[in-house]
Amino acid sequence: MKETDKISASEITDPAVYFNRRNFIRTGILAASVVATGLAYRQLNHPAAAKINPVKTVSLAGVVSAPTNSAGGFSVAEPQTSLENITHYNNFYEFSTDKEGVAAAAANFETKGWQVSVEGLVRKPKIFDLDDLLKISSPEERIYRMRCVEGWSMVIPWAGFSLSKLLAVVEPTNDAKYVAFETLLDPKRMPGQNSSVLKWPYVEGLRMDEAMHPLTLLASGIYGNALPPQDGAPIRLVTPWKYGFKGIKSIVKIKLVAAQPRTTWGEYAPGEYGFYANVNPTVDHPRWSQATEQRIGEPGRRPTLMFNGYEEQVGHLYAGMDLRNNF
Amino acid sequence: MKEGDIRFLKLLILVNGAVPLALLMWDQAHRRLGANPQNFLILTTGMMTLIFLMLTMAVTPLRKITGWNWLIHFRRMLGLYAFFYGCLHFLCFFSLDRGFNISSTLTEMVKRKYLIIGSAALLIMVPLAFTSTNAMIKWMGGKRWRALHRLAYVAAICGAIHYYMQVKADVRQPLVFAAVLAVLLGWRLVVYWQRPKPAPLPTAKPKPEA
Repeated sequence: MKETDKISASEITDPAVYFNRRNFIRTGILAASVVATGLAYRQLNHPAAAKINPVKTVSLAGVVSAPTNSAGGFSVAEPQTSLENITHYNNFYEFSTDKEGVAAAAANFETKGWQVSVEGLVRKPKIFDLDDLLKISSPEERIYRMRCVEGWSMVIPWAGFSLSKLLAVVEPTNDAKYVAFETLLDPKRMPGQNSSVLKWPYVEGLRMDEAMHPLTLLASGIYGNALPPQDGAPIRLVTPWKYGFKGIKSIVKIKLVAAQPRTTWGEYAPGEYGFYANVNPTVDHPRWSQATEQRIGEPGRRPTLMFNGYEEQVGHLYAGMDLRNNF
Repeated sequence: MKEGDIRFLKLLILVNGAVPLALLMWDQAHRRLGANPQNFLILTTGMMTLIFLMLTMAVTPLRKITGWNWLIHFRRMLGLYAFFYGCLHFLCFFSLDRGFNISSTLTEMVKRKYLIIGSAALLIMVPLAFTSTNAMIKWMGGKRWRALHRLAYVAAICGAIHYYMQVKADVRQPLVFAAVLAVLLGWRLVVYWQRPKPAPLPTAKPKPEA
């Protein structure tokens, strides 16, 4: 009896060992689950992609600085948004609806052989090769505020020349009352166009006096370099007193017309995105306030300015207009 | 299941539920929340609220389908995490978006439809979190407690609508939440319709033959 007792006692696992093994397994399960949860989170939530795609910078020859006289509104004396943020946080649905995914999706966009057709109610319609178009005037640096309808803003040093200089070349007729713009339609090069989130191609428009205003810019560069694909290469519109979506990108057609042209966002939600889309802190978007904005790179929000701070320059264009109805 | 095992299951949820918050704080400390960290924090905490609400509501269907009854031990902790991330979501809005301005926070919350609906979702979760203790369940009685906690569905529906309403055009992500919610609700309805009907009560007692 004594002997068997001894044997069986040795066969029983020491409770301490037993509990240790259990704890060991539990620790393993816990650690594995934490790693799995962490990976799942990283997979679903990736803001840090910005560093992956360095901006390819192509030097833009002969950029002349904007007229220093700020009364013209050509140069804002506010801290400029970093190139990193300008190029990795923006809307360009032709590539991605994720503001931080546009840069990667647009990285290989090819603009070789780009042409812009300027047509419609003009005496000298012309299909411009991009190089010829850019020769119309040497690029000026224009430091503009950019206010997105979503409630964020930037200060961007563009390079380009006033749209009016291009229009002068083609000579609009007296019947031309509006300018209609069109983005490239090519779902192979712009994969976002395979989705029906918006009606493609993207179209925008300006009233003639808006198009002729010196602030209205045909931009081909940022920070002295050629526009990177994600920001509307090779040529885009910038209207600093209007919400950002008016600034149509990667333009292939500019048509002078007699009637107010249709606009992509205006057609998508007529009650939310008007033809004028002037920045106005007193007229809210139906779903959110436009009184303040998140300046990218700054903590807190700052008050939004009437006409985005360009009231002195453009206010007269809208004299007598009800801006609540003509939003 | 042993007491120790149950405690371990709860610990699993407690630790894993904190992982998104820990990574969010880590990324914030390393300035890796992108160009608009304010928006990123608001959006992520909101998403976490919805995800934890869905996980909470998936417990019972999963348990019934698989027969894994131990899943029930996850439910309270998942629900409390949903409430926790919901509170963080509100705090981010209050601090980062409204700059701790109480009057502008309140004005916005009653003026914007998506904020009214979002606030409703969070307010609905308050009594649910408050009555989540064993003592409360006992005090209320299982039937009344279950009836109250069906409000979790209302909170989740409000949450999904709140998300849908503030998206500009690409509604795919809100629709994913809506689809998951529809499946979870649909399962409940199917179970409800297929429940065994109670045997009809005899309307009149058959008279004993004299």
